[in-house]
Amino acid sequence: MKIAEIVDLVEGKVICGHDLLQKEVQNAFSSDLLSDVLTINKPGIMLITGVANLQTVRTAEMAEITCVLLVRNKKTNNEMLSLARENGLMIVECAGSMFGVSGKLYQAGLKPLY
Amino acid sequence: MKDMKFEYLIEGGDFVRAGHASSEVKKVLNQLNLDPVIVRRIAVAMYEGEVNVVAHAYRGIIRVKINPERISITIQDEGPGIADIDKAMQEGYSTASDRVREMGFGAGMGLANMKKNSDQLLISSEINKGTVVEMTTYMKSKQ
Repeated sequence: MKIAEIVDLVEGKVICGHDLLQKEVQNAFSSDLLSDVLTINKPGIMLITGVANLQTVRTAEMAEITCVLLVRNKKTNNEMLSLARENGLMIVECAGSMFGVSGKLYQAGLKPLY
Repeated sequence: MKDMKFEYLIEGGDFVRAGHASSEVKKVLNQLNLDPVIVRRIAVAMYEGEVNVVAHAYRGIIRVKINPERISITIQDEGPGIADIDKAMQEGYSTASDRVREMGFGAGMGLANMKKNSDQLLISSEINKGTVVEMTTYMKSKQ
């Protein structure tokens, strides 16, 4: 599904990477453990996480994750924003819980990696 | 083709800079038009290694050597060393501090991810001295 649809569904706020709104994403991975995120070997997915720090953006850069969706109202800091912009990554913030957001997106058709 | 060589100094505890070396290497590899799958594997392996230095050691040096046959990454650190390498390789086993875990690391997947994403991984360590990790990725899928 298109990232724009995902943003609507979770009532998200796009922080950066607006040029990626029409991009299609097939899969998502929900985790607060960055090393678990690095076990992913499929590029172009959405990461759903509550870890709002610079290393989340680095992890997304290394694993070639298209979009980081921050849940639980976690906020993007300036360092994260700089790095995301530098690497053409998208960050979206939303208020929902990880389970709530994951469930909603799963129902809407976003697929798990496993 | 002559070997391309890069060297990066990593400071222990510096979670702001952590990943900058891996990011630069990833950009270089992409500029060389290598297979994107291989680039991603190398980037992840190197990033895990770089974060290990930041999370566990006092400081380290990462040396990267690129030639048409292979990419070699050597990560040498000064630090407490690894007491039990076999245990450290186990998924889920971690000696990370609370501070490291608060950042989202410390799941105990680092060395396992490095092994999975390289064709050869060699680790040697000395307590109270440091650790050396050597990772090799072959360009022609030599397993």
